[in-house]
Amino acid sequence: MLIKLTGGTVYDPACGIDGQLQDIYIKDGRIVAKPTDAVVEKEYDLKGKVVMSGAIDMHTHIGGGKGNIARTLLPEDHRQDPVHRSDITRSGCGHAMPSTFVTGYRYAEMGYTAGFEPALLPINARQAHMEMADIPILDKGGYVMLGSDDYLLRMLTAKKDQKAINDYVAWTMQSAKAIGVKVVNPGGINAFKFNQRKLDLDEQNNHYGVTPRDILQVLATAVKEIGVSHPLHVHGCNLGVPGNVQTTLDTIQGIGGLPMHLTHIQFHSYGTEGDFKFSSGAAQIAEAINRNKNITIDVGQILFGQTVTASGDSMRQHANHKHASPNKWVTMDIECDAGCGVVPFKYKDQNFVNALQWAIGLETFLLVNDPWRIFLTTDHPNGAPFTSYPHLIRLLMDRSFRNDVLSTIHPEAQKMTTLASIEREYTLQEIAIMTRAGAARLIGLKDRGGLSAGNWADITVYTDNADRQTMFEKPDYVFKDGQLVVVDGKVVSTKWGTTHVVRPDFDPSVEKGLKDYFDRYLTMKLGNFKISDDEITEDGRGSITVHPTV
Amino acid sequence: MTEITEVPSPFCGIGTDDLTIRVDGVLLKVIENGCAVNTPAFEQPMTDISARVAGQEVSLEVAVAKAAELLKDTKLPLIGGCATDVNGMRGLLALADRSGAVVDNMNFTGARNNFLALQDSGWMNTTLAEVKNRCDLLLVVGTDLEGFAPRFFERYLWNKASMFIEDTSEREVIYLGRAPSGEASTSPKGKKAQVFPCAIEDLAEVVAVLRALIKKQPIRATSVAGIAVADLQLIADKLKAATYGVVTWAAGALAYRQAELTVQTLSEMVKDLNNQNTRCSGLPLAGKEGDQTANQVCGWTTGYPARTRFSRGYPEYDPFLNETKTLLDNDEVDALVWVQAFNVTAVPPVTDLPTIVVGRSGMTFTKEPDVYIPVGTPGIDHAGHAYRMDNVVAIRLKKLRDSGLPSTAQVLNAIEQAL
Repeated sequence: MLIKLTGGTVYDPACGIDGQLQDIYIKDGRIVAKPTDAVVEKEYDLKGKVVMSGAIDMHTHIGGGKGNIARTLLPEDHRQDPVHRSDITRSGCGHAMPSTFVTGYRYAEMGYTAGFEPALLPINARQAHMEMADIPILDKGGYVMLGSDDYLLRMLTAKKDQKAINDYVAWTMQSAKAIGVKVVNPGGINAFKFNQRKLDLDEQNNHYGVTPRDILQVLATAVKEIGVSHPLHVHGCNLGVPGNVQTTLDTIQGIGGLPMHLTHIQFHSYGTEGDFKFSSGAAQIAEAINRNKNITIDVGQILFGQTVTASGDSMRQHANHKHASPNKWVTMDIECDAGCGVVPFKYKDQNFVNALQWAIGLETFLLVNDPWRIFLTTDHPNGAPFTSYPHLIRLLMDRSFRNDVLSTIHPEAQKMTTLASIEREYTLQEIAIMTRAGAARLIGLKDRGGLSAGNWADITVYTDNADRQTMFEKPDYVFKDGQLVVVDGKVVSTKWGTTHVVRPDFDPSVEKGLKDYFDRYLTMKLGNFKISDDEITEDGRGSITVHPTV
Repeated sequence: MTEITEVPSPFCGIGTDDLTIRVDGVLLKVIENGCAVNTPAFEQPMTDISARVAGQEVSLEVAVAKAAELLKDTKLPLIGGCATDVNGMRGLLALADRSGAVVDNMNFTGARNNFLALQDSGWMNTTLAEVKNRCDLLLVVGTDLEGFAPRFFERYLWNKASMFIEDTSEREVIYLGRAPSGEASTSPKGKKAQVFPCAIEDLAEVVAVLRALIKKQPIRATSVAGIAVADLQLIADKLKAATYGVVTWAAGALAYRQAELTVQTLSEMVKDLNNQNTRCSGLPLAGKEGDQTANQVCGWTTGYPARTRFSRGYPEYDPFLNETKTLLDNDEVDALVWVQAFNVTAVPPVTDLPTIVVGRSGMTFTKEPDVYIPVGTPGIDHAGHAYRMDNVVAIRLKKLRDSGLPSTAQVLNAIEQAL
């Protein structure tokens, strides 16, 4: 069937299209050039409408064990937001950590067509993929977590060369079906198992003598050398610790020009000035990002209200448990592989620290110049549930709205932020870069995130509205692979997205050392650890899309 | 005849995946690394291959149609058992959503002791590989660990190689509340576990005193439920001195009223220890017959564990009101679907309600159900996924034989489609 989207105002930064009137043709799920003779079977009149590709959340906790712990922990949160079944949709729950089906529906209803789980523990990757397999409509993928696994730390202690590490990283990516590599509190999750309670960039793991700086260096190098598009995805040291701005600046400096993505940087941009010994480091961070073109970031904006934080960073989550609200929390040490911590949080605008965290995130958005190197995230659900994105977009695009909210937060926090003086308002094109073209380019999705012929037809159509929250909350139409899935902000049909992976090469002899390690120390046979393709595809719903290495 | 190696087991809960099984047609024989739990579960003979309606053999299509007919006009059907693999649970939850059923895992009343503690205050837990490599002191509370999982000690405590324990046979094991049934906890060097028995229902009190001692609270009593406070002080001192202590219990073994408070006290005690400059972790034992699988899949599908109803069109969790026994005793439900793909002896409760059984081939009934559909066992008759006791690790189950039996998922999806 040939579908024509007629006369919309198109924002397609991947092609340099910035608000031009264009027709778009869809055939067999993909965008095609204007056909010379074919008959248009379905036409949508998009005059006055804003057209973008489907949005891509490049960092959202939508699959894996810690998310399911978060769900199990919070029945009272689900009860506030029950979701009825319909003839075409499944029941579930919403708010902070929605059920899988509701995750897919609500993302699609905001115009999102892909989400990437940033913390795929190798040993828990199977679960993450199974959960993501139950998220309808969205495409998905994951970044496999390394850096606190005993195997890598043993390699570093044994002074294995970079080639051996590259093979191990590539093998792990293939085994876990990943499209990127993540490191969380490099070596810190491991150090916590040895009873270390903090680990700074140059502090040694008590057992291995390895520092976070060493780990970042070898992993960032490995990711680059094995040809993975997405740079090493880094959740740095000292999350949430006042003064960690210096750690973050040192981390940027220390990577020596290698590509590196710093995630939820808001949580890593804290100074120690002022009466409360807590201040914004956003200006310094933004300045460093602007100067170092090898660095990309996502923000991890916090927004006020109840949520739950779910992180691989067991060390910092344990330290943060005293802020748990409600007061219940979980940490786990996991399989000589990683860990996790789940702590419910209620961010309050009248709490000085929370209010300033809010301002720090916004300062970061507004002070980083290049929208291709910054991404719109709340680190769902850690800063806020993903359903708050339209509100966040309004804060970025509407200075007077932003300043109105600013004037209501804790007065001491207002004094400690430069936010009121920042005039910048994001444009629609910049939003499209952050949430579409930039994200696709960063992850290495070859035929998503753009509207030129050859791309998959993931398309979102909005009604232009000066109230950007209203505009982005309720798209007129969302197409996924050419199928109309949302009309007027409600799901009208569902389908199953694909799982995006890369398959970097490795020397098969890497399995010799691994097999011996698995047999001696782990609890599973190597052959049973590796995830096979049919685990994702055998139910007839899932599919795998392999992207090329670079 | 073939031999299949590195076979993972969905039966024991501790994720053993080193079994060698000889397959001769549909007969299975565990050749290597069997145990008292796994061997009979794998070797259970296959008997029924046909579905039955009212005791008469029928085709699968007829049985599915009859099941759908029985469910069609029900007000509140109950789907019990819930013992299957991940895909089976997916099908089960889709059917429950469609039919407005109550879903209740058969082991939930035991697991509830853990869920209530988790949902009230949380915990700090660990997994089996951490135990294998780090644990220098294991405290077993109220549970016969080797009866629960016969190969636990061999695989995770007396393992020869360990990354961080120089001599694993020097590890300490302490039993509190219940004595072990055998010698598996005795180290290869002959070092025996210390055992401090008490009546199981007195554990709440014993554990409360142990936690108080760890928090350095003064205790005036000299003995609690027959255990000397000095002995509890000894346990407290050892937990504090341990580098990586592990406290384990089986929620189902704590079979007394409000045992969730015992789990909570243990979990809070573990947190207290982590605030005293050492590491300690909890290790809840479970994972039998798909119980963790049921709770995990129900968790991501609904937000709640597997004691949840869909009768109002959306999931509602209630760990007490949605219990199978309560619902049957109070005549609140009007049909029963029993799903049990692992264990032929776990038969449905006898009831006058229309009953549909989707069960492992070989199940026998005191009262023939209206519909019985024998299904394959995950990890024997078809591939699948099951969760281990430590919840983080899902194991990939293998298909060992061609039995022609449908999977739970196929049957439940067909019933849902027929509705």
